[in-house]
Amino acid sequence: MRNEPAPNHNGAFYQRDRSWHPPAFTPDYKTSVLRSPKHALLSLTNTLSEMTGPVFGHSMLGPLDNDLIRNFATTGDAIGPRIIVHGQVLDEDGRPVPGALVEYWQANAGGRYRHKKESYLAAIDPNFGGCGRSITDEEGRYWFRTIKPGAYPWPNGVNDWRPAHIHFSIFGHAFAQRLITQMYFEGDPMIWQCPIVMGIPSKEAVETLVAALDRAATIPMDTLAYKFDIILRGRRSTMFENRMEGN
Amino acid sequence: MVQSLNRLQESPSQTAGPYVHIGTTPNFIGINSVYPEDLGLRPCPAEAKGERIIVTGQIFDGSGSVLRDALIEIWQADADGLYPGRGEHRGAADPNFPGWFRQPVDGSTGVYRFETIKPGQVPYPDGRKMAPHITFWIVARGINVGLHTRMYFGDEPAANEADPLLGRVELKVRVPTLIAERREDNGVPCYKFDIHLQGDKETIFLDI
Ligand SMILES: [Fe+2]
Repeated sequence: MRNEPAPNHNGAFYQRDRSWHPPAFTPDYKTSVLRSPKHALLSLTNTLSEMTGPVFGHSMLGPLDNDLIRNFATTGDAIGPRIIVHGQVLDEDGRPVPGALVEYWQANAGGRYRHKKESYLAAIDPNFGGCGRSITDEEGRYWFRTIKPGAYPWPNGVNDWRPAHIHFSIFGHAFAQRLITQMYFEGDPMIWQCPIVMGIPSKEAVETLVAALDRAATIPMDTLAYKFDIILRGRRSTMFENRMEGN
Repeated sequence: MVQSLNRLQESPSQTAGPYVHIGTTPNFIGINSVYPEDLGLRPCPAEAKGERIIVTGQIFDGSGSVLRDALIEIWQADADGLYPGRGEHRGAADPNFPGWFRQPVDGSTGVYRFETIKPGQVPYPDGRKMAPHITFWIVARGINVGLHTRMYFGDEPAANEADPLLGRVELKVRVPTLIAERREDNGVPCYKFDIHLQGDKETIFLDI
């Protein structure tokens, strides 16, 4: 036992708490009505197919991948309030998740996406693409620089607006941890009027998606900062667990 | 009062939205100057061991309409049943096989088409062998939590019969929603796997 850096956290992932996540069917978010499975999900213990996952190396990253102010720009910096978004990817036991691929995308400062299906009249910023990515360091940290996205209207109700947000896609250490979510900004009253946000059952759960203004991480006279930690499923330790050989 | 367990809760999922391509496959929608290539869209290397196959299909909503804005990721073992990447402790997988692919469905037809290899068998935790399968993960506008499912192979009836997951399905009439039949497409084995989010043919989705 002495050589074992115990306990060995490589067991099955904790069951996903479905009551914490939005249900599939959230009729105030109209698109969910026809895209929500009606049958119960088939529950099953993790197998190797879920406890494994692809590895992404730091070498795939370009130097500007985490700088949305510059990574698409040709004639000058992207327009908008300059912000840093930083945080840690942790599991449900608070352990850092190093080597996680974090991808993020967002609208520009006017609330306009660079996408052929986007029809909002707000202006395109020629110097803003709207995507970036990071791989977390040994302590599970990531950080990027961008402009604060604008709120935008969307076709749902006749007058629905999304609060300012940044989309996140996260690969942890196993396919069981795969997650896509959105980050909101502290103090935004529109968070509580959004049918997509309000699909999340509890206020407490919504608040875990609201990034805090982090004055200590700002760069004076340059860039504000927001801190956004992301929590992935935790996993059981395998101490005292009898495991079949080869698993 | 008792001590706190001090556990955190998983970040709540939110929909990938209609613009998921910007963040995941920007080159696919014409944002070409940020990344040299879209992750997961590189074809399966010719050097990968195993039988080369095509897996293709569409995703349908509850009205039978095709989704044109979904993103699909697949994850599978190599031809010997070993997973590349993290969490595989039984041996080294084929170094030429990535195991993971990602693809947006076609913007007008909604068709996806993966060229990959047929995976080998992977053990269930109790040591029984699972039938060859490919894990699917589907996100899109209107999907609040990414949907997990599996594709099994129609030409593996004996293995499917013994598969622990398929054996857990109570409504046997739904089992075929996870099994793709094999046909030849210009001499290449081709499996058609349509996914139905809702309705009579609703695919079995997994909480796993
Ligand atoms: Fe958005």
